[in-house]
Amino acid sequence: MSTVAESREKQSAAVVDAPAEFLTFRLGDEEYGVDILKVQEIRGYDSVTRIPDAPDFIKGVINLRGTIVPVVDMRIKFRLGKAEYNEFTVMIILNVSGRVVGMVVDSVSDVMQLGSEQLRPPPDIAGAVSSKFITGIGTLEDRMLILVDIEKLMSSQDMALIESATVQ
Amino acid sequence: MTVRILAVDDSASMRQMVAFTLKQAGFDVTEAVDGADALKIAQKESFNLVLCDVNMPNLDGIGLVRALRALAPYKFTPMLMLTTESAPEKKQEGKAAGATGWLVKPFNPEQLIATVRHVIG
Amino acid sequence: MSGIDLKRFHRTFFEESFEGLDAMEAALLRLDPAAADAETINSIFRAAHSIKGGAGTFGFTDVARFTHVLETLLDAVRAGKHQLTVEDVDCLLRSSDMVRGLLKAAQDETPADNVSADALAAELSQRLAGPQAAASVAAPAAASAAASSAGWQVLFEPKPELFLSGNDPLRILRELQSLGDCEVRCRETQLPTLAEADAERCYLAWELSVRAAVKRERIAELFAWVDEECRLEITPLAAAAPAPEAKPAAPAAAAPAAPAAPAAPAAGTNVTPMAVARKPGEGADAKSDAAASIRVATGKIDAMINLVGELVITQAMLQQLANRLDPVHNEALLQGLSLLDRNTRMLQEAVMSTRMLQVDAVFSRFPRLVRDLAGKLGKQVRLQLIGENTELDKTVIEKISDPLTHLVRNSLDHGLESTEERLAAGKDSTGQLTLRAAHQGGHILIEVIDDGRGLNRQRILAKAAERGLPADPNMSDADVFQLIFAPGFSTAAEVTEVSGRGVGMDVVKRNIQALGGSVELSSEQGRGTTVLIRLPLTLAILDGMSVAIGDEVYIIPLSAVIESMQPHENQVKTIAGQSTVLRVRNDYLPLVDLRDLFGLSGERRNPCEAIVVIIEAEGRKVALQIDELVGQQQVVIKSLDRNYRRVRGVSGATILGDGRVSLILDVAAIVRLFGQAMAA
Repeated sequence: MSTVAESREKQSAAVVDAPAEFLTFRLGDEEYGVDILKVQEIRGYDSVTRIPDAPDFIKGVINLRGTIVPVVDMRIKFRLGKAEYNEFTVMIILNVSGRVVGMVVDSVSDVMQLGSEQLRPPPDIAGAVSSKFITGIGTLEDRMLILVDIEKLMSSQDMALIESATVQ
Repeated sequence: MTVRILAVDDSASMRQMVAFTLKQAGFDVTEAVDGADALKIAQKESFNLVLCDVNMPNLDGIGLVRALRALAPYKFTPMLMLTTESAPEKKQEGKAAGATGWLVKPFNPEQLIATVRHVIG
Repeated sequence: MSGIDLKRFHRTFFEESFEGLDAMEAALLRLDPAAADAETINSIFRAAHSIKGGAGTFGFTDVARFTHVLETLLDAVRAGKHQLTVEDVDCLLRSSDMVRGLLKAAQDETPADNVSADALAAELSQRLAGPQAAASVAAPAAASAAASSAGWQVLFEPKPELFLSGNDPLRILRELQSLGDCEVRCRETQLPTLAEADAERCYLAWELSVRAAVKRERIAELFAWVDEECRLEITPLAAAAPAPEAKPAAPAAAAPAAPAAPAAPAAGTNVTPMAVARKPGEGADAKSDAAASIRVATGKIDAMINLVGELVITQAMLQQLANRLDPVHNEALLQGLSLLDRNTRMLQEAVMSTRMLQVDAVFSRFPRLVRDLAGKLGKQVRLQLIGENTELDKTVIEKISDPLTHLVRNSLDHGLESTEERLAAGKDSTGQLTLRAAHQGGHILIEVIDDGRGLNRQRILAKAAERGLPADPNMSDADVFQLIFAPGFSTAAEVTEVSGRGVGMDVVKRNIQALGGSVELSSEQGRGTTVLIRLPLTLAILDGMSVAIGDEVYIIPLSAVIESMQPHENQVKTIAGQSTVLRVRNDYLPLVDLRDLFGLSGERRNPCEAIVVIIEAEGRKVALQIDELVGQQQVVIKSLDRNYRRVRGVSGATILGDGRVSLILDVAAIVRLFGQAMAA
């Protein structure tokens, strides 16, 4: 019940045109940002149970306090960085479209607040992530953040995470 | 002294409404789901007021009032019947059985509290 | 004042009203209009009465208005003033549908169909009134309605036994005072001496002057509860002389409604006789338990089941850790753990049982359905329900409803013959349809049995051939009957009004299999057909066999496991150098390496160095090769597609004692998958 209320609160907060907060993470040399309100928690990499018939970037499923959560490795998906798994490997647990998904990235940097003056529209050419999932570019001093619509990305066919996206 | 009320109705929503309303008003309310249930409870505990629906399975409101009146601890206890306007003869039947009075459905929480306060004094 | 929002009670009101309607409908269907028993009539009346009362209180005026008319008719029936007819019962059934519709509209906050409601209400009134005019409502004698500007003089002389009704004159005096200035004089003339006085009797009387500009009714109202237990005179203050005997307007004695002429007996109408036979005692017991139950949101129960599931996992984890301990040095701890194990299992069972409902929750809709359909088809049908209090999981109950309805419709439409046909065949003109539920092991069996014409083997084979389905005249009866469940067997050609369109038996079978169940048909030509559905009791827990392939552990539902073995070399054969089969006694079973099926890495083993588990679903067996057997355990089924998608060959997941996720194999899918692979 509380999660419903929370997520509703989160949604309405996201609509407000105030400075937005982003969790930033690295994939290879690129720095990405996702809406902090979509992030449920950050945790280390657990042992993952493999799933048959899954693309290589879907590492499998983990037990997150009793629910079964799929894990995608963005480094494999976007061929960035080295897909190694050790005690420093981090996983961002996202809550997107009512689903929980774990996302493995190179590293998590920080949480940044960006005002509208720091936001630029997405360029035609973007990073490894297809431009249709990029909502904009955030600048902070000399850092460039690629802002990803993580909800859209995770529900897309590319990720093969949800039913409609699978080829029957 | 807390006033203890026994609320009897086979309809869960009406019972909840009565109990909730009276609890909000500071009364101590016990619920019973039909006449037989109420009679059992009333013999184990004591109440300052009994509110009961008329149409109930397993001993209706009139039977309940008659049974309670026959018990020494309830000889003078106010007992109100929750009745519908369509049944004037039920009021008389209830009175004959020993009911103190009635509250006509539909009533709102305010009417309920006011009536109970009057009866309790 | 109190500011209580009645909305908080709406949910309960709707729930109990829908339940009340179900009970009303069931009672109406049970009812024999010619010999209605009082308790049945009473229960129908009570349902309508409660809905009306609640609807009025909670502000659902459309519902209250219609139910009032319904209640009025039922009240007359109850009081013996109106004799029920078969048509009345039909009308009452339609009324219960109407109330349901009005309630739904109120619940969804959509406009109610008041036109239909009013029309039906008019019909109800008509049935009650018969040809005679509605008794005019006596207007209350409004002679002294005018407010007295000065106030009222009241003489209140209670009878000695006033106290015995729980009334207290002081209450009334207090209320009078709340109206305005009051002058009270107490008359003690009747007071006996102390020795003679009985403390339980009232000897006092009061004369009051109430200076309040209120209507006379306002004063009289305060005495309404005691008007038979006192002498009361209310006179305007100005006229000091007490008017002789001005009692508050007693309602003009309601002219007893002349007993409505019983509506013309249903001579020559085409009403299909329908009786619902219940085993004596069944169902009735369940009803009396209802009072001792509380209503809990399913969300709370599910949360509890999840937590208990977690507890089972934690307990298993502790057990695993404990297995490494020295049993001599840790005896007390190990004993405590085994106690925990037992308590956990018992808690789990207890919690699971809270989700169990009686199958009556679905069965109860059939008397109405069968009655309506039989009427439409012009057939005579007797429905028998057996084992309605067999319990099974709420989710299973909800999901079995549609397939079962389909099967019942089928039996009525295709299975049972017309009256003429039955008579010609020397059978009872009334067809018998039986729904039976029973427990068997960890399963529930539900049977739909009719004594109709039975399945025609030749016609099924012919139709299967026509549809291009694999049919062979030498097939066993069971195999021939299974053809009915093949996709594409039933087509639009035989769609009738009753059986409906679109849903074939293949869908029925698929839905039942999706619940982990199976469906079988047996039939004898001319004697009838039985459909046997086998379902798991619950969808939340499964007895599993855990098997390992490399590091991965999978769960195979124990119910699907026939046996496991380490094959001998001479049991393994290849066909056309490609497919491998395993010879088990005289059967040759397809041999599937789970490693291949799931595309797992790791070295393939020779079947003779591995373990083979023989699994069965849908009457077909497959030998599944794995590396090792790990053990048997009860697992809590977790959904994989809540956060992910469905996976071929996997029905769900569970969490092992060490916290890892393990996938549960979908045996039916694997068998099917492999069957296709073999056929290709």
